[in-house]
Amino acid sequence: MAHHDWLGLKKELPHKRRLLLTVLSFVIPLALWSFVSYVPWVWHPLVHITDPGEVDYFSEGLDIPRADFDRELAKAKAAGQSLPKGYRVNPVYLPAPHKVACAFYTAFKTPPRLQDEPWLHQSLGHSIRTIFLGFLFSSLIGVPLGILCGSFRFFAKLQEPFIEFFRYLPTPAFGALCVAILGIDDAPKIAIIFLGTFFQQVLVIGNSVRKVDPGLIEAAQTLGASGWKIVRHVVIPASITDVYTDMRILLGWAWTYLIVAEVVGTMSGITLFINQQARYRNFDNVYAAIAMIGIIGLFTDMFLAWLGTILFPWKRKSGRSMIAKREWFPLFDRSPVKPVAKPKLEIESHVLQ
Amino acid sequence: MSSSELKLPDYREQSPDVAGRFQRIYARPVVLSVRDLKKTFGANGGTHVVFDHVSLDIHRREFVCVVGPSGCGKSTFIRIVAGLDEATCGEILLDKNAVNGPGPDRGMVFQGYTLFPWLTVKHNVMFGLKMHGKDDNTAESEARQWLDMVGLAKFENSYPHELSGGMKQRVAIARALANNPRILIMDEPFGALDAQTRCQMQAYLLQIWKKVDVTILFITHDLDEAAYLSDRILVMGNNPGRVVELIENPVPRPRIQAQFISPEFLALKKRLEEHIHPPVEMEAAEKLPMIKLTEAGDEVE
Repeated sequence: MAHHDWLGLKKELPHKRRLLLTVLSFVIPLALWSFVSYVPWVWHPLVHITDPGEVDYFSEGLDIPRADFDRELAKAKAAGQSLPKGYRVNPVYLPAPHKVACAFYTAFKTPPRLQDEPWLHQSLGHSIRTIFLGFLFSSLIGVPLGILCGSFRFFAKLQEPFIEFFRYLPTPAFGALCVAILGIDDAPKIAIIFLGTFFQQVLVIGNSVRKVDPGLIEAAQTLGASGWKIVRHVVIPASITDVYTDMRILLGWAWTYLIVAEVVGTMSGITLFINQQARYRNFDNVYAAIAMIGIIGLFTDMFLAWLGTILFPWKRKSGRSMIAKREWFPLFDRSPVKPVAKPKLEIESHVLQ
Repeated sequence: MSSSELKLPDYREQSPDVAGRFQRIYARPVVLSVRDLKKTFGANGGTHVVFDHVSLDIHRREFVCVVGPSGCGKSTFIRIVAGLDEATCGEILLDKNAVNGPGPDRGMVFQGYTLFPWLTVKHNVMFGLKMHGKDDNTAESEARQWLDMVGLAKFENSYPHELSGGMKQRVAIARALANNPRILIMDEPFGALDAQTRCQMQAYLLQIWKKVDVTILFITHDLDEAAYLSDRILVMGNNPGRVVELIENPVPRPRIQAQFISPEFLALKKRLEEHIHPPVEMEAAEKLPMIKLTEAGDEVE
């Protein structure tokens, strides 16, 4: 016990501490936010006026910088006028945590101001649909192409230099072009997601496929496999878990292109919602909507990680049920540090006599 | 070691049993014939000769080991036999047919196991069978048979990462043999195993070889292993790589570990040592400088 690797330099931390740290990783930023929001003498640069007194440009409900308020207060005192009253507040763009928490609920309950505007859940649905379609179309072409590039040097050399060039072109630059070609509805948005994902996808998947242990391919060759059979029965299964992980990361990137995509043509989806709520100065709703994207992203990824353990049983650390282990669940991550029990090698000792 | 107090027989002396066995082996048809094989590589005009003039005939059910110092090209040699590399010139005949590229008639066992991690042990063994278009049921029952033979029937549904090194290599052997290869090529298959497991695996391999009609070409850098397993030993040399000697192993079969101290074994081992580790005169310049970092009085010798 003399030496404690408390920070986990080379040893995995005990399960309880990992759980605690995971919780803390969310609690610390929340605590900071609460500190700034609820402790009245921290920051709070504005004064919310409750009674304008006789200051002529003050009115009830106005937020005014503290220095201005103090000056007017001093002036009013000197002149013997009735004094303005108010309390310190933060700017409207930093709502308190509880307001954002409420907004998670109320944002879904609040009807849109105009009849043809979408509800929040409709906005979110629209965004998810855009991402899904863009990512689907990209994957339908990108995954086979990536596997082809990773498997055969011929296709890699034929395609990758151009793709390498193309991926440096900033996707938003194609916005106007997409609208001109595809109109102003969803098609150009899906195209932006596609453009943002596809080129990375081919390269990243190509790389993962190339990393397949050549020994496995040679072993398959000496077992009688050749050509496409090797691709189908060795290269693809050998790289499928890496490709799956790539896809999870790429899906995260697709979300970042969503905001770009949604301002192309007619603004739509969650971006439209955020922009409108910002215009109405409902910043609690804005934060709730942004956080919603994070929550959807996190839960999608957790779901996909869990699905991975179902799909790829050989990646399990041992043959036991992964659902019980919850390796896929970052909040309750319990990746087993136990070494795999080696079954004993039994040998008939008479052979050695 | 140079002037041995122990009087060893000549490694070429064979008991009548051993001599008779070799006569029987040579009477069998040649399975693999290597003719004047040469391998060079090099870019920019310069060529480096890996080995040259390598010729060898291996008879049916013979066990041939290849030993040599590192860099003599023994691994390249059997990779060429397996069809994984191409020879610069020379030819390789399997049952009198020239071989071209890898094929299931030459099974291979690699040092790094190379089991398919996404397949269970059983499906690993079935891999080659299914590549041949055998249906699942036939392949499965044949695979079970091979797993039985290597003693891993209980682990048929395990994944490779759940097995120990020795078990993985037994699966790899079963997988290669399931294809009914004419020759089993093994590239330092037990090199990554600990000493005890290696001994067990050698015994296993001899057992399997007795039960299966297969010819074995086995690369190793472990001279004991070569002497323990082989019928003949192909000794390769360095700079350029070449065949130095093809030795008939004088140790009678069946082999047991007790033979490690028999006169034939020691004589053979001595001969191999001479080839692989020739005595080098240590020159004055090569001696390490004598700098003492210890206190007086704590001599270790």
